[in-house]
Amino acid sequence: MATLQIKQVVKRFDDTEVLKGIDLEVNDREFVVFVGPSGCGKSTLLRIIAGLESATSGDLLIDGERINEVGPADRGLAMVFQSYALYPHMTVEDNMGFSLRLAGVGKQARRDKVLEAARILQLEPLLDRKPKALSGGQRQRVAIGRAIVRNPSIFLFDEPLSNLDAALRVQMRIELARLHEELDATMIYVTHDQIEAMTMADKIVVLQGGVVEQVGSPMELYHHPCNRFVAGFIGSPKMNFLPVTAQAVSASGVRVALPGGGTSEVAVNGEEAQAGDALELGIRPEHLLLDDQGPLSGQIKVIERLGGQTSLYVEMDDGIITITADGDVTYRVNERVNFGFEPSRAHLFDAQGLALASLARHPLSGLVRQDSRERSDNSSERPEGSP
Amino acid sequence: MNTSRLQRFVLAVLAWSITFVIFFPILWMILTGFKTEAQAIADPTLFFTPTLDSYAAVQSRADYFHFAYNSVYVAFGSTLLALLIGIPAAYSMAFLPTKRTKGTMLWMLSTKMLPPVGVLVPIYLIFRDLGMLDTRIGLTVIYTLMNLPIVIWMLYTFFKDLPKDILEAGRMDGANTTQEMLYLLIPLTLPGIASTGLLSVILSWNEAFWSLNLTSSRAAPLTAYIASFSSPEGLFWAKLSAASTMAVAPILIFGWLTQKQMVRGLTFGAVK
Repeated sequence: MATLQIKQVVKRFDDTEVLKGIDLEVNDREFVVFVGPSGCGKSTLLRIIAGLESATSGDLLIDGERINEVGPADRGLAMVFQSYALYPHMTVEDNMGFSLRLAGVGKQARRDKVLEAARILQLEPLLDRKPKALSGGQRQRVAIGRAIVRNPSIFLFDEPLSNLDAALRVQMRIELARLHEELDATMIYVTHDQIEAMTMADKIVVLQGGVVEQVGSPMELYHHPCNRFVAGFIGSPKMNFLPVTAQAVSASGVRVALPGGGTSEVAVNGEEAQAGDALELGIRPEHLLLDDQGPLSGQIKVIERLGGQTSLYVEMDDGIITITADGDVTYRVNERVNFGFEPSRAHLFDAQGLALASLARHPLSGLVRQDSRERSDNSSERPEGSP
Repeated sequence: MNTSRLQRFVLAVLAWSITFVIFFPILWMILTGFKTEAQAIADPTLFFTPTLDSYAAVQSRADYFHFAYNSVYVAFGSTLLALLIGIPAAYSMAFLPTKRTKGTMLWMLSTKMLPPVGVLVPIYLIFRDLGMLDTRIGLTVIYTLMNLPIVIWMLYTFFKDLPKDILEAGRMDGANTTQEMLYLLIPLTLPGIASTGLLSVILSWNEAFWSLNLTSSRAAPLTAYIASFSSPEGLFWAKLSAASTMAVAPILIFGWLTQKQMVRGLTFGAVK
């Protein structure tokens, strides 16, 4: 059992306010990802949770108890650092057993615990090696093993995969997700990579400039971003934004005039909008449809073929638009294309960048990694000897 | 190819020549120590029958081992003390800096710019009142204070090179400050600490100003031993040379044995 509550946490370094009053709740056994551009305060927030920095004001509660004044080791947390921070002069076994040694755990008990963690992470053959003699992925696993040995109530990860190459990153991502299920622990994970956030999180916390922009499940953030920043940050390639003008507001949505003459009704709550307002239409590249009758058009400037899909960069009067199309499209550079979109997939943002709420919730937006939850609930059915 | 070989040859000759010029006085001193007094002041020659007379005379007048013991005691004692104070000090400056850390470090270094003779009288009086004149403890304390700024500066630069994450990982693992230093910081910066210690030993060993002024016999180290041969009886070159040779021999051998460590330590940060 471990829940974490963050109440009005502010962090100031000299005159700069890095965190501007963060409120957040992390539930038991949840995988929470803090994501945001560099300098958004996500690492600082993690370090405050870890106890490596102190909050200027605000409260931190673990299982309802205030821990602001509790030392890092006594909070029952374990942290995996971006640089792994292995002790270079100790073997893998000593690295993993260091916390137990400090806690005065006997040699045999220490070895048992280290061996168990090593088994989970397939590190047994490496126990006698020094970190120097390990590959990046192995070091990463030792760092995680060091955390597991402590049997923490909450795991903290500070961009743990950013030093690995792309292939290894995908592999470790899967491994971490597996580990989350196996250990059934609360995990807080910091990254600037929205793909890591989307793939691993139960709950994503999007931070920018020391402020929480939005908290929600990956699908909720994808389908219902609350503002332009979140809309642009979540999803790859980035969402396209087109300047549009509101024409009419009705109960069924807001009708907007598109660049190039067409109109479209987007199913959003238009209470705050009026005819004539300058709005921004947001459409994800994968939701733009190549269509000779489409209301939008432009000239293809760059084509990126990925095999399974093709990214078209199309120049319109208002800038470059990205379209994710089928892998087999036969367009050429400088060709003109027409395209459209399904109005139900589009988003509208007001002049302040705030999203107008969709009238219909996307069916998946409440999904919290249901598949993994079900599996971990069935863990008792696993054969004997498996964790 | 040819030019580069020629260049290397010229450079080598140049380097050896400069080394020889620098080393020559020491060589001459060692040679003179094996001459008689008459030979020592005669026309310089490299060819003579070596004799240990001067060494015997020197040893009969003052017990070399007494002074050598004092030198070892004071040099290593002050180094140990300086490291005991310097390691925690440099740790806090490197890993828990405040706004005043830089200023403090500059101030410490500035104490090295003060000519020691400027504080001789007050220190002498303090030592007299505390009964520390001509004591090994007194000299050890003075040397500790003398080397502390350099020791802290050197340790600081070595500690700065240690990734902060490692100590933070230790803190997450439950290490307190002492354990962080004992289990992580010291083992990981041992080459740097060793070279700092070596430098401190050498500086203390060679120090003459304070040892001449604050000691007379009981606590006098080898520097005082050499000095005692220079003044009263005029210039007895052979005996003076013999005494000097014996005084510098231990530290030269020590420095030669540890030079690898010294170089490694002094370039620790640069070539990482």
